[in-house]
Amino acid sequence: MNLLRILLTRIGYGLILLLAVLVLNFTLISIAPGDIADSIAGDMGGADAEVIEEIRARYGLDQPFLTQLWRYMSGVFRFDLGYSYFFNTPVTELVLERLPATLLLVISSQILAIVTGTWLGVMAARNPNGLLNTIVTFLSLFGFAAPVFWTGILLIIAFVSVFPIFPVGGMQDVTVEGGFFVKALDVLYHLVLPMVTLASIYLALYSRLARASMQEVLGADYVRTARAKGVPERTVLYKHALRNALGPVITVAGLQFASVISGAVVVEAVFSWPGLGTLALQSILARDTPTIMGILFFSSLVVIVFNILTDIALRLVDPRIKAG
Amino acid sequence: MSAPLLSVDDVVVDFKTRAGNARVLDHVSLEVASGEILGIVGESGCGKSMTALSIMGLVPSPPGKVTSGSIRLEGRELVGLSEAELCEVRGRDIGMIFQEPMSSLNPVFTVGEQIAESVRLHENASPKAAMARAVEMLRAVEIPEADLRAKAYPHQLSGGMRQRVMIAIALACRPRVLIADEPTTALDATVQAQIFDLLQDLQSETGTAIILITHDMGAIAELADRVAVMYAGRVVEKGTVDTVLSDPQHPYTKGLITCVPHLEPEPPLVRAPLPEIPGVVPALTELGMGCAFAPRCGNRIAQCGEAKPPLEATVGPHLTACWVAGP
Repeated sequence: MNLLRILLTRIGYGLILLLAVLVLNFTLISIAPGDIADSIAGDMGGADAEVIEEIRARYGLDQPFLTQLWRYMSGVFRFDLGYSYFFNTPVTELVLERLPATLLLVISSQILAIVTGTWLGVMAARNPNGLLNTIVTFLSLFGFAAPVFWTGILLIIAFVSVFPIFPVGGMQDVTVEGGFFVKALDVLYHLVLPMVTLASIYLALYSRLARASMQEVLGADYVRTARAKGVPERTVLYKHALRNALGPVITVAGLQFASVISGAVVVEAVFSWPGLGTLALQSILARDTPTIMGILFFSSLVVIVFNILTDIALRLVDPRIKAG
Repeated sequence: MSAPLLSVDDVVVDFKTRAGNARVLDHVSLEVASGEILGIVGESGCGKSMTALSIMGLVPSPPGKVTSGSIRLEGRELVGLSEAELCEVRGRDIGMIFQEPMSSLNPVFTVGEQIAESVRLHENASPKAAMARAVEMLRAVEIPEADLRAKAYPHQLSGGMRQRVMIAIALACRPRVLIADEPTTALDATVQAQIFDLLQDLQSETGTAIILITHDMGAIAELADRVAVMYAGRVVEKGTVDTVLSDPQHPYTKGLITCVPHLEPEPPLVRAPLPEIPGVVPALTELGMGCAFAPRCGNRIAQCGEAKPPLEATVGPHLTACWVAGP
């Protein structure tokens, strides 16, 4: 009941935030020099002022700013994000077609980073002078320092050209035939390298966080109480200590979500993963503003949704977080 | 005294530190019989808590290690048991409560779950039966509305309540021995008295042996049957509470007893300063050949700096480790 109220409040705030994002995006793009008319004219191989004015009128760009904003916003409320002149498709359709691929990449890499990172952190915290601790320290330094595109290219060199185990890019092999299961397996097979690449930065971050947090929790009095009750060491680690140590990891994972999505743009480009990232790249190069705004809208939506989920997860893990 | 239920015999615990080897427990021998309360007193850092941890098999290792000696519960040797065997002893045969009730309970589980966990672990009880026992234990430690409180999280309870919950956890599997490590230090004076009353009541009902670790001489006088005084990792005086408190032999015990402040009905106009024992407990890495208390002792003789005095009988069952004291 309480949780439901909090959820509804958060969704309300999220909608307000989304509205602000829309207005801000629209304003920023309008202020930026050049518009679609220039691009279209450029594609046509140049045009005189009269033709450009005509194009402006066709796209409503000759209207006052507020009128344009109002038109756009009222469109958004009808799930109409405008029309992409570059792809000749409605933006909503375009984005929704690409969104699942990005979500698959982003969510799977985050799960990989959080689970493996936390596990590494726990193991390292358990034995602060051990080999694993050194490995975690090294991995985190490496993960932080290496840019994702470079990690991605290294992985391609290693697992595509030296040891040809994985496909070089794309999301599926068109020659693969079979039922849903076979196709899903093919997608997973293509997912491995981009997922590992995108996870690498966050794996480093979460393993360090989990280690620091676990080290602190393992020294806590309630861990001693658990041991004094005769709780076996594994249960002490994974039940009593870990649940208390998860807070910082969840908080940071929620905050990082926006940066994961921008990381995905780069990773998608490296692996030609057909997601929002490659679409963003193409539409920016083509000055396809409706598409860019559509992508920004959807990525803000995803970030807001995941922040709400983070909030709920934190509450489920720690009963001390009060309502409000 | 009847045959001891738990006997700690000549136990030595060493800690490897950068400053060298620290002998945290130096040939400590204690015993407690069924239904008896043994008090352990001494200043901070004299090895009281380490004695408790070595009985529980919880000496932090590394750097610590039980180097020699034996700890027997009903004749069964506990030193050298495997971790799995120790897990069975802890909580089932020996329960322990700690000094800090505010931080000793896990904040993310309800108190009912935390009590039920040890019942499930040691008695293979179903979750439902374990929770029923948890509520029963909360009632036994006199927590009102026990069935509601079982669903509360630790942060929703007061310090005194939390210590009651700790007692309920420690006693949930009806252990033979309960170790209470300064159970009331962090609590208000009135709550302290309630907790001590509760411990006494529970003990008379169950016959559990209690090892009460404290620096509160008043609590020892009121509750304990026998007392061991510890200094710098050694037992320096041991005997029944009556003889040790009324006729202390070791200068350290005498000092501890004179240091207890008294309420005077008509305080004198010029108040005497509170008595104290000069100096501090020495660093365990810097102990010499002789008696560890010698540097702070007013009665020391040449022999005190040369060899450690053995724990010997002076009056009846009352043992003292001092070259000067004795018949």
